Amino acid sequence: MLHYLKTEVDTENVQRFDAEISNVSRRGVLGGLLTATGLVLAVRITPASAREALKPYPTGGLTMPDGVVADPHVFIAIAPDGALTIVTHRSEMGTGIRTSLPMVVADEMGADWSRVTLVQAPGDEPKYGNQDTDGSRSMRHFIQPMRQCGAAMRQMLETAAAAKWKVDPTLCRARNHQVALLDKEGKETGKVLGFGELAEAAMAVPVPAPETILYKSPNEFTLMGKGEVQIADLRDITIGKAGYGADTRLPGMKFAVIARPAVLGSKVKSYDASAALKVPGVEAVHEIEGVFTVPRKFGQLGGIAVVANTTYAALQGREALTIEWEDSPNTSYDSAAYAAEMSATAAKPGKVLRNQGDPDAAFANAKDVITAEYHGRHLVQAPMEPLVAIARIVDGKAEIWAPVQSPYGARKEIAEALKMPIENVTVHVSLLGGGFGRKSKWDFMLEAALLSQKMGGKPVLVQWTREDDIQHAFYHTTSVERIEVAVDGAGKVSGWRHRTVAPSIVSTFKQDDGYQFPIEYGMGFVDMPFDIPNIRCENGQAMAHTRIGWFRSVSNIQRAFAAQSVVCEVAHKLGRDPKDFLLELLGPDREIDPKTAGFPDDFWNYGEPYKEFPINTARLKNVVRVAAENAGWGKALPPRQGLGIAVHRAFASYVASVVHVAIDDDGTIRVPEVTSAIDCGFHVNPERIRSQMEGAAVMGMSNALYSGITFKNGAVEQSNFTDYDVTRMSNYPQKVSVHIIDAPWGVHAGGVGEPGVPPFAPALANAIFAATGKRLRNLPMGDKVA
Amino acid sequence: MSSITINGEAHEFSGDPNMPLLWYVRDMLNLTGTKFGCGAGVCGACTVHLDGVAVRSCQTTLGEAAGKSVTTIEGLSPDGEHAVQQAWRKISVPQCGFCQAGQIMQAASLLAKNRAPSDAEIVEAMSGNICRCGCYQRIHEAVRLAAGGV
Ligand code: FES
Ligand code: FES
Repeated sequence: MLHYLKTEVDTENVQRFDAEISNVSRRGVLGGLLTATGLVLAVRITPASAREALKPYPTGGLTMPDGVVADPHVFIAIAPDGALTIVTHRSEMGTGIRTSLPMVVADEMGADWSRVTLVQAPGDEPKYGNQDTDGSRSMRHFIQPMRQCGAAMRQMLETAAAAKWKVDPTLCRARNHQVALLDKEGKETGKVLGFGELAEAAMAVPVPAPETILYKSPNEFTLMGKGEVQIADLRDITIGKAGYGADTRLPGMKFAVIARPAVLGSKVKSYDASAALKVPGVEAVHEIEGVFTVPRKFGQLGGIAVVANTTYAALQGREALTIEWEDSPNTSYDSAAYAAEMSATAAKPGKVLRNQGDPDAAFANAKDVITAEYHGRHLVQAPMEPLVAIARIVDGKAEIWAPVQSPYGARKEIAEALKMPIENVTVHVSLLGGGFGRKSKWDFMLEAALLSQKMGGKPVLVQWTREDDIQHAFYHTTSVERIEVAVDGAGKVSGWRHRTVAPSIVSTFKQDDGYQFPIEYGMGFVDMPFDIPNIRCENGQAMAHTRIGWFRSVSNIQRAFAAQSVVCEVAHKLGRDPKDFLLELLGPDREIDPKTAGFPDDFWNYGEPYKEFPINTARLKNVVRVAAENAGWGKALPPRQGLGIAVHRAFASYVASVVHVAIDDDGTIRVPEVTSAIDCGFHVNPERIRSQMEGAAVMGMSNALYSGITFKNGAVEQSNFTDYDVTRMSNYPQKVSVHIIDAPWGVHAGGVGEPGVPPFAPALANAIFAATGKRLRNLPMGDKVA
Repeated sequence: MSSITINGEAHEFSGDPNMPLLWYVRDMLNLTGTKFGCGAGVCGACTVHLDGVAVRSCQTTLGEAAGKSVTTIEGLSPDGEHAVQQAWRKISVPQCGFCQAGQIMQAASLLAKNRAPSDAEIVEAMSGNICRCGCYQRIHEAVRLAAGGV
């Protein structure tokens, strides 16, 4: 049975070998070997072992901070009794990655999964490689290093066995936690050595050079692609023993909450803590300085912290504070006025980011022009677990416990804030009760660290309430997407003009100029895949007045909503079936050439080298067909019911969804079924891919129907799940059928956590149109339709 | 001084009777399986049983719980093998898992008073429990499974 060890390694029984190894550089092990393409070399060594050499392919993982590490000594430890410890260095927030990456290692090693214990790595990227669990990147960037790690360890075990038996290593074959001795025909002789027996000798074998490593052939896989492994923390979750951010208890630990400014950038002018200090249980009140220099990055907002012996007392103390706040230039932020402004901007030409052909001529010569404008509100990630962090400082050494997506980035900035060398700061990663992008931003950890410092290093848990979470987030942007489609005399789409206006995430990192940056316009905007001769994509200016951050699937939310809705609008106008029309617009099977398509020079392909992860229209069309077929596209439905379809490529994966809508007598929009097809390339854990797609439909429905953040006088108007509505069981997608496209090694693994979200809202809007004839263009659409 | 039984153990409590049970079990008894999700009675993450019936521990004061018996997720079953827990594992319900203690306590309370709930009754009982990861399809299925006997 797997056991969640929190952050401590059981050093007594587990031999850890952390020494530098001489023959391979730990970092960039793959980097040295990279060549243009990444396909399988398919060199079979002996029929018995059926192992193959794999040619590594480059991924964006190599260019992430601290790159990738594929050293078995870093990730694997085997105890003399055979207990196998695998380090998991990415954060678990519900995708199952904490289980799935170690599965890759264990499978490649020939290990018995039931003897695996997972250890969660602290934030240490020089040691483990990049840990920023974000951008649906974990499998995409680490499947190769983890396979390499496991295969290298297997080879070391086999080499150790060969030395014991004094035979050639090709006669030794690891499987099921043992190495078996083979005869010349490749048959097992019955002689075996357990991994535990071999551990010490195997760990002393030099790590094989990457180009000498042979991998399992897919028919040998025992775990990958099978979907039979449950998440490691499953049992603990069901018995209340799984450790989340607020679940660590330190001796003498205090509980704190912080009063923060309602408007971004407003400072504490003065405060009176006398009433708060009288609340029984309240022990201290401290001011936490905010970061007011622009850009703020993930700096803490600043405010007044109340420290108490329980969270309850701290909350009461916070209620009793009197604080006067300074004015902020953001006080004027008003969502209604801002939306009108964005709309006016979208009506005018903007900065051209993509130009293909001659769109002006296409529009001048068009027989018909269909124009539609789609609005989106700010969203807040609102993971079920509100932000929380625990900090203490002992003898000049700080330790922080947090549910964090990016533990090493946090560690670096905490060290800076505390004015400590980074070696003196440790960041322990708990399970995350959801993240959705919010927990990549470590403002909440800085608060805890700074507060502990003010308390002389005493351990303190800083708890965010749901109100804090909803009112002090890094919000998904608000947006206007305006699309014009030119149709020529033959009824063909001849021109596409798309303008995007939305305050940018860049404002968090740089002086804001109101324009989006490549990461944003690479998400379903300039990479629009339709086969239209004349295309222009423009970006209008929109200054940010709150902290903008990423939310599961980011700009893809509004881009897929707009583009996939307008396609259906045009299909209707032309009297075409939306699915057929969509397939036609996607055009011939091809890999889009960014140059001839007029993509910008700084086109961002989810951080991936384009050659390895191109936009492939055949894969887009395939998921459309698979989803449509399985949904029974075209079937007769009762009145007030309809099907809608949408497809989108995001995070190097392709997803199409068909949403079946049924409108109740009172107008309530219900979703009896969603049929999705996902092509995420080679896949490891189909069971968790399914659960991610099911969850994406639920979150897609929240975004589509219920959720929205609005500002008035610079402050967020919503406060809790009372007015920031999300999908509940009273109305959820009843059945999500997920079809995973089978792909061999060589079709590179893409993302899974996010790509399911974007197609849901447009497929739903298109289904509502099919059911009612009403076209809804504003998110959230509301849960009722007339 | 009032007495309150938690997972079968009697506790004497002399503090503020208005303190929500949630913070008492988490911060004073270190029973961290019960989760804080909203503090407003609208998410269900903090669900525990009060004399066998599901309540929101963030909305139940110690005064209200005095003299009564409270069960948290840690006390639902001595060996973690309650039918609902088994069903949850069989169906692999959780994603991040944070809401699941509350979901399980809610479902266990439903099944304790209604052995064979209809789909509508399941939906009604479970709609106060938010799962932001979106595990509803599996939660629904797991409640059905637990009702039928795992
Ligand atoms: S925390 Fe009690 S209902 Fe949400
Ligand atoms: S499993 Fe994550 S909130 Fe329910």
